[in-house]
Amino acid sequence: MDLFEYQGKQYFARFGIPVSPGGVAETVDEAVAVAESAGYPVVVKAQVKVGGRGKAGGIKLASNADEVRTHAGAILGMDIKGHVVRRIWVENASDIASEYYASFTLDRPNKVHLGMLSSEGGVEIEEVAANNPDAIARIAIDPVRGLSLEAARKWVDEAELDEAAREQASELLVKLYTCYVEGDCDLAEINPLILTTDGRVHALDAKVTLDENATFRHPEWAEFSATETEDPREQLAKEKGLNYIGLDGSVGIIANGAGLAMSTLDVVNQVGGSAANFLDIGGGANADVMAAALEVINSDPKVKAIFVNIFGGITRVDEVAKGVLEALERVHIAAPIVLRLDGTNAVAGRAILEPHLSERLVALPTMVEAAKRAVALAGS
Amino acid sequence: MSIFVDESTKVIVQGLTGGQGRFHGLRNRDYGTQVVGGVTPGKGGQDVEGIPVFDSVADAVEATGATASFVSVPPKFATAAILEAAAAGISFVVCITEGIPAHDEARCYNVLVEDFPGTRLLGPNCPGIISPGKCNIGITSGDIALAGGPVGIVSRSGTLTYQALHELSAQGVGQTTCVGIGGDPVPGTNFIDCLAAFEADPETRAVMMIGEIGGSEEERAATWISAHMSKPVVAYVAGVTAPPGRKMGHAGAIISGSKGTAQAKMEALTAAGVSVTRNPTEAGERMVDIVRSL
Repeated sequence: MDLFEYQGKQYFARFGIPVSPGGVAETVDEAVAVAESAGYPVVVKAQVKVGGRGKAGGIKLASNADEVRTHAGAILGMDIKGHVVRRIWVENASDIASEYYASFTLDRPNKVHLGMLSSEGGVEIEEVAANNPDAIARIAIDPVRGLSLEAARKWVDEAELDEAAREQASELLVKLYTCYVEGDCDLAEINPLILTTDGRVHALDAKVTLDENATFRHPEWAEFSATETEDPREQLAKEKGLNYIGLDGSVGIIANGAGLAMSTLDVVNQVGGSAANFLDIGGGANADVMAAALEVINSDPKVKAIFVNIFGGITRVDEVAKGVLEALERVHIAAPIVLRLDGTNAVAGRAILEPHLSERLVALPTMVEAAKRAVALAGS
Repeated sequence: MSIFVDESTKVIVQGLTGGQGRFHGLRNRDYGTQVVGGVTPGKGGQDVEGIPVFDSVADAVEATGATASFVSVPPKFATAAILEAAAAGISFVVCITEGIPAHDEARCYNVLVEDFPGTRLLGPNCPGIISPGKCNIGITSGDIALAGGPVGIVSRSGTLTYQALHELSAQGVGQTTCVGIGGDPVPGTNFIDCLAAFEADPETRAVMMIGEIGGSEEERAATWISAHMSKPVVAYVAGVTAPPGRKMGHAGAIISGSKGTAQAKMEALTAAGVSVTRNPTEAGERMVDIVRSL
C-alpha cells in the first residue's frame, strides 16, 4: 500500500524523523488555516500517488493568505496524469542549502536490507543510478543485526554529505531504518532529504510503501486504507475480500491462482485483446466467491466479455461448474461469459455445464481457444 | 531419483490440528507420504486420525525420527515455527503459509543461513513439493502428477505448476519432482537451488521452469543455466502485460520501476539457451516434444 506524502510524513513523525511544520487540507479555507499556523512562506503541494507533480503545476510557493487561496484553489481538483487532487499538503517553506536522497528497501537477490544514500537528491534516483552510479552510497544491512549509529556514520561519510549535515543525518537514518523495519515498510524513501541554511536536516518529501502482509500488527493503518484507492471497482472488490486490480481493457478476467490470473491476462493480450482486470479468486472457487467475482466484473462498464479461467486441483472442476451456475442464478451478468475449466474432474464439470451453454455462456477446453472467443465476443 | 524428498522422508506437520494442516496433512498421508506426527503447542498427546500430536518439534523429532516438516500455521506464527523446526534439527521445511510480513521472512531467512545452515526452507507461500509416487508435502493434488520422470519442474506459481503437471501427465510424460518455490519476495529455496539439484539427478532429463514478474531470480537462473546446465530447459514467465507498481496476487510479483519485467526475464533466459514459451500450454507442448526426442 502506497501512502500519500502527507501520510508518509505523519508516519515518519511517529518515529521521530523531523519534517517541516504543516498539515493536510481538503479545502481552500483549511489550506489557509494550516498556512497560518505553519508560518509563511508556505509550500502548497498536491497529494497524488504519481511522480512529476511539480512539473504539472502541483507544487507552489505562497507568501500570504491570498496566494494560498489562489494556489490551493488551482491545485485542488487538478488532474495530474489521471490522478485527481483531493488533498493538499501545506507546510512552512524551507531554505535549502543541500538536497540528498535516502532510502531503505529489500535487496531481493541478496535477501538483506539495502540502504541507499546520495548527496545528489531532489532528482529521480534511477537517473542518478544510470548517469552517476558512484554518487550513490549503498549499505547492505543484515536484517538480524540492524543498523547501528556507528555504521550509519560511516555510511554518511562515504556518501560525502556536507560536514554540517553528517551527525544529524546519521541519527535520522537510524530512525528511518527503525521506521522501515518496525513500521513494516516495503520502501521508506526521502527525496529530498535536506540541509537547511540554518543547519537543520529534515525530510522534505516522504515516499512510503507499507507491506500489507503486516496489517495484522498495525491497527493504525486503517486510516491509510480508507483513502487508498479511487477506483470504484477496486473499492467494491476490497469490500468483497477479492484480490482484484483494475485495468483498462474490455475482457473481464476471473482465474484461480495469482500465476494463472497473470497468465490469463497475457494470453488475452497474445490473441489481440486486452484485459479489464486482474482477479484471483484463490483455491476455493465456490458459488459465493464466484458470485462476488462476477458482481465486481459486472460493475465495470468497459467489460464486454468475461473469461473465467479455472484449473481444478484439489478444488474439483465439477464443484466449480456447480458454483458458476449457482452464481449465475444469483447475479444478472450483462456480458457473455467464456469458461475454460480444466484439471481434476474436468469432464464431469463440462457435463454439468452442457445443458446451460448458449451464445452467452460458452465453454472451451483450452486457454488459448477460450481467450480467442472471449476477445471476439468483446469486439463484436 | 527425486530431489529433496523421497519415499523414506518422514514428515511432521506443524499445525496438524488446524483446518488447513489437517486437510492437507491427511491428504499427504493418503498419497503415501510418511506423515509421522503433528505439532501443536498444548495439544501433545492427542492424535489426528491416528497421527500423534506433540507439543514441540523437538518432542516430535525425538519420538518419530522425522527429518522434514510441513508448516501450516498462520502468518503471525509461521517464522517462529520454521525456526523451531530448524532448531530441532529438521533438515527440510516446507512452509505454505501466505501473508507473512516481508521483514519477518528476511529475518528468518538470515537466521537460517547464519545459525542453521543444515536446514533447507521451501517457501513460504508455496504449494510444496511432490515427487510422484513417493512423497507429497503441501497442497498439490497428487492425482495430476505422474510418476517415473523424466521431467523436473520448478515454479513460483501454484496453479501454473498444476497446469504444467496436468499437460505433461495427460501426454504420458512423468515427473521426477515438482517444486513450488513460492511467490514471496524472500523464498528460502530459489530457482538455482532446484536447477542444480535437477542437473545432479540422473533420472531428471529435462527441466521446466515457471517464473513470473518481480525480483531477478529468473535472470540469475539464466546466468547459472548458461554456465552449468547440460539438460534442456523450457521456461514460461507470467506477467508480460502486468502494470508496474502493482502486486499481482503474490507479494513478490511486482515490477518496481523498470525492474522485474517479464520481458527482461524472457530475454535473459532465451540468451542462456532456454526454450522460452508464451503460455503454459505451449510450455507443456514444447516439453513433450523435447522428451520424445531425447
